[in-house]
Amino acid sequence: MTRIASVCLALALAAMLAGCGKPQFSDAEKATIASLSLSALPPLKPDTTNRFADDPGAAALGSTLFFDQKLSRDGTVSCSTCHRIDRQFQDDLPLGMGVGRTNRRTMPLAGVAYNAWFFWDGRRDSLWSQALTPLENPLEHAGNRAAYAHYIKARFGERYERIFGPLPDLYGIPAKAGPFGTDAERAAWAAMNEDQRGGVNRVFANIGKAIAAFERSLMPPPTRFDHFAEALASGTEPQGDASLSDAEMQGLKLFIGRANCVTCHNGPLFTDGSFHNVGVSPRPGLPPDRGRIDALAQVEADPFNCLGPYRDGGVEACGELRFIRKTGEELVRAFKTPSLRGVATRPPYMHAGQFATLEQVVDNYLNAPASIEGTTEQHPVQLSERERSALVAFLKTLSD
Amino acid sequence: MASLGRYLLAACCLAAVLLGVLAAVYVSGFGRHEADSDISRSRKTVNGLFTVSIEPESSTVWQGDLHAWLVTVKTASGKPVEYAAIDVSGGMPEHNHGLPTSPQVTGYLGNGHYRIEGMKFTMRGWWQLRLSISAAAGSDTVVFNLAL
Repeated sequence: MTRIASVCLALALAAMLAGCGKPQFSDAEKATIASLSLSALPPLKPDTTNRFADDPGAAALGSTLFFDQKLSRDGTVSCSTCHRIDRQFQDDLPLGMGVGRTNRRTMPLAGVAYNAWFFWDGRRDSLWSQALTPLENPLEHAGNRAAYAHYIKARFGERYERIFGPLPDLYGIPAKAGPFGTDAERAAWAAMNEDQRGGVNRVFANIGKAIAAFERSLMPPPTRFDHFAEALASGTEPQGDASLSDAEMQGLKLFIGRANCVTCHNGPLFTDGSFHNVGVSPRPGLPPDRGRIDALAQVEADPFNCLGPYRDGGVEACGELRFIRKTGEELVRAFKTPSLRGVATRPPYMHAGQFATLEQVVDNYLNAPASIEGTTEQHPVQLSERERSALVAFLKTLSD
Repeated sequence: MASLGRYLLAACCLAAVLLGVLAAVYVSGFGRHEADSDISRSRKTVNGLFTVSIEPESSTVWQGDLHAWLVTVKTASGKPVEYAAIDVSGGMPEHNHGLPTSPQVTGYLGNGHYRIEGMKFTMRGWWQLRLSISAAAGSDTVVFNLAL
């Protein structure tokens, strides 16, 4: 009897020790880890809706425009005001600050061209139509498209025409006019004839196409996780930069396993590109924000969407818009799954910067609180304090 | 001594049972049992009016990419069902959400074959694809389980 007891005790101890030791990965886990590695990222597909997407001249002009504060109402705001080049193209603020304070967190731009939908709610369906939206938002650049067309002609006319062909005749176009500006600007826009509006819209669309061409070059750098994943895939012992600590590996195992993070944060960019209600409480003091459900009408009404007259190429590129999901309670307070690359060094988190730390984010996912509107997709997950720390430790390997 | 041994044995057995239960829960995964239950690509509709087969148009379905499926509808006696109206829905039961897109039948290809465009799977796991079919023979529904 004593011998049996001793054997049992030894086995139990061995099992306990195994649980505390270096995490091992099964073949299925190794396959998942390989699918998250940056080396699994396919080359960027051509954007047939923007025939200047891979034109170096357009990208160069787009880069100039991205940093140009003159593309705003009072000459103080550029794309780079919020999308700061030294800060992963985001601004570290809970809510972006253009001419005024916006209601959403600025999104980083690494790998942005891989998206099908843009903004937290996907209210635009191309990178170039996305780039246009802040230019006329009264809280961001607060400008108007007639003024932008005049500015492009005066400041970049020759460069513009080398890329996009002749500028339209802007004679007689008001200095300020647009469909979203002040009362006077809207009235001036309404008073323009169809050809004049079309000409200005074409210049405006090309501003977006140039900026998009530049943004296609913004890619996430490989991190310690990628070096580890590559070593694991090649069957070599991860060394030096490629080695993860036991806690980081345990966190990775949880990320792709019991914590269910990889369900939505999948692929080399750690996002499914889709929209989910994850029960994040709104930031107090902001107007109601219903996420994806309220973005549908906006993208459908956008004259610069894929089905509109400013698309290059054929309609076959418009599948996302043609087959857009329009109904369903799950679209209420659904926001886009953000990429987790570089996440640890850019708090605060979520669509209105609700959480200051990754620990708070992890706690929200694991506790799965009810959503104030709609239904959260999260299920509660029980993790120990040590496991929660391990998960955060793993997330940090996506930054360095 | 013998009594201590019995206690240890009991403790070991209890630990083993606990480990076994934990392992079973861990290995089974959340709801995977359901997904594994029937993932056949050819099924009878609920009321037996039609036999429906589905297959992706291209052999590899990339997660996150829009793609098309081919659907074949036959009567219970094996005759192709012509010009049926097919409504496509579905989703992930474990995540309280439907399909990320609104796929539609975009063409009848003849001989009971139909093309569904706009399919997209954004996540791995258990998906359901529900086809509501209306034709001369009547209306019926079929649900396919897809394990990604």
